[in-house]
Amino acid sequence: MDNKTRNIYLIPYVLWIVLFVIAPVLLVLYYSFFNVEGQFTFENYEKFFTPVYLKMTVSSFWYAFLITAFSLLIAYPTAYLLTRTKHKQLWLLLIILPSWINLLLKAYAFLGIFGTYGPANALLEVFGIGTQQILFTDFSFVFVSVYIFIPFMILPIFNSLEELNPSFIDAARDLGASAWTTFRRVVFPLTLDGVKSGCQAVFIPALSLFMITRLIAGNRVITLGTAIEQHFLVTQDWGMGSTIAVFLIIAMAIIMILTGNRK
Amino acid sequence: MSEHTIIRFEQVTKQYDDDPAVLDNVSFEIERGKFYTLLGPSGCGKTTILRLIAGFMEPSEGKIYFNGKMINNVPANERQVNTVFQDYALFPHLNVFENVAFGLRIKKMKNAVIGEKVKEALRFVNLDGYEAREIREMSGGQRQRVAIARAIVNEPEVILLDEPLSALDLKLRTEMQYELRELQRRLGITFIFVTHDQEEALAMSDEIFVLNKGKIQQSGTPTDIYDEPINRFVADFIGESNIIPGKMIKDFLVEFDGKQFECVDQGFDPNEPIEIVIRPEDLEITGREQGKLQVRVDSQLFRGVHYEICCYDAEGNEWLVHSTKKATVGDEIGLYFDPEAIHVMRFGETEEEFDKRLEAYDEGSHGQ
Repeated sequence: MDNKTRNIYLIPYVLWIVLFVIAPVLLVLYYSFFNVEGQFTFENYEKFFTPVYLKMTVSSFWYAFLITAFSLLIAYPTAYLLTRTKHKQLWLLLIILPSWINLLLKAYAFLGIFGTYGPANALLEVFGIGTQQILFTDFSFVFVSVYIFIPFMILPIFNSLEELNPSFIDAARDLGASAWTTFRRVVFPLTLDGVKSGCQAVFIPALSLFMITRLIAGNRVITLGTAIEQHFLVTQDWGMGSTIAVFLIIAMAIIMILTGNRK
Repeated sequence: MSEHTIIRFEQVTKQYDDDPAVLDNVSFEIERGKFYTLLGPSGCGKTTILRLIAGFMEPSEGKIYFNGKMINNVPANERQVNTVFQDYALFPHLNVFENVAFGLRIKKMKNAVIGEKVKEALRFVNLDGYEAREIREMSGGQRQRVAIARAIVNEPEVILLDEPLSALDLKLRTEMQYELRELQRRLGITFIFVTHDQEEALAMSDEIFVLNKGKIQQSGTPTDIYDEPINRFVADFIGESNIIPGKMIKDFLVEFDGKQFECVDQGFDPNEPIEIVIRPEDLEITGREQGKLQVRVDSQLFRGVHYEICCYDAEGNEWLVHSTKKATVGDEIGLYFDPEAIHVMRFGETEEEFDKRLEAYDEGSHGQ
């Protein structure tokens, strides 16, 4: 295929990228320099560095970190067990299946489960702990987020474990390594790429969560995602919303570079 | 069991579910300091034996002894053996030094000691100065050496090599055969080498175990196995051979191709049906009348060292001849061979019976 025909095939892709990726990012950047009255200004950026927004940023990162950490903690052993099961494709499908259901539906389902008269509290009653406030807490927010994101963590780790040459494990054992040492010095380092892409796939969207913060955390957890949504839909301050979005995009780019594959 | 024995298999069977056994009631002994080769076609159980010794699997039945102790349940990391894997299994996230040092680090040796030992092991395999290289920067032959260095640096009593030369090209493979043999002599460690390449086995080993279908067919020195194959499988698998059905008239007289020939084998029943083997290089082309056998040349291939000439006799048996002399396709020629060139094989003889018969007529010939 010569260059010309290749370029023709590239057109739809380039169009897509320009229209739906580059143009929106530029628009966001453009809007971030205007205030509510429509005047050109830097005051949005000044406002971002006030304690209110910085606190939001810190809490966004903190919750995204918690969600990623718990996802990883659960996903790695799960993926490891999955590679050892007989019908691994079936089990994998069962894990991926919930991610096909609309996020909003799942969030509402948890409203029912964690509600005062929901099954979670009923269970606590049985154990004699008594009804607790589960909804609208940090716990429920992190729990539901982990539930929603975990397939995206399991998949890349599962794939990298599957690709791992089993003779590396034999070799490590052969050289005297115990099961734990084999994991620590061979299996984990060689599946690090899967862990990295899993963390990317969880951490980055977790940074800008807003619907779960609102439904499950009852707006008690305010993240940058919530702030953007509020500015665009409630206060109509598109400029400030765009400014926060600019910072989120920068943060995401930095994370991508940091966790990117060096080889 | 002699004091030289380091590994002993006692009626070991390996079987998965109801499938036919991968290893079927195998017993053998491995002596210290020798170069052993397990030879056989794929699926014959040779790699299974290796994995059983290494500890990557457990036998379904039977016992495995190492230095006189049963090791059936000893995990791989506690065994005094190291393996060179077919695909080398070098850790891609570690450089050459760290790959070789892996075993030593696990033993928690001091850094200075590790540095010295790794350097020495690399010198042994002619890889001086490659410490800082990444594995992906190494060629196939170099990786092979790193894998060997990684095994010998731990000073194991036995090194297991699982078809380590199969991924190399012919020239490098021949070179590595010499090097491996040389290395084994210098180190004095027992090598157990798995291969399906009979030339490799003949060239390198002190002892060869020929395996087929989960059983040891024959064991012995390369010359024993080449000159006196126990059955059709071994004769066919080791080198090229002409295998012709015949009849043992009496001691020292065998009939095949409708004629009787003098031979050196004995200990058969009168008129027992047998098979004879004559190696292609033991056949000599002569004029039609001088030959013991008369054949017609069917085809000829130039193999470099020799011509490979395919002939048919009047009975329709195929005769393969290796000769430095050229023949003409379509010609009637004679084939000459010495009585020693004929090797007679009994049908269904076990290795034990075979050895007993050979011993018996060794004594017989002393008596003469």
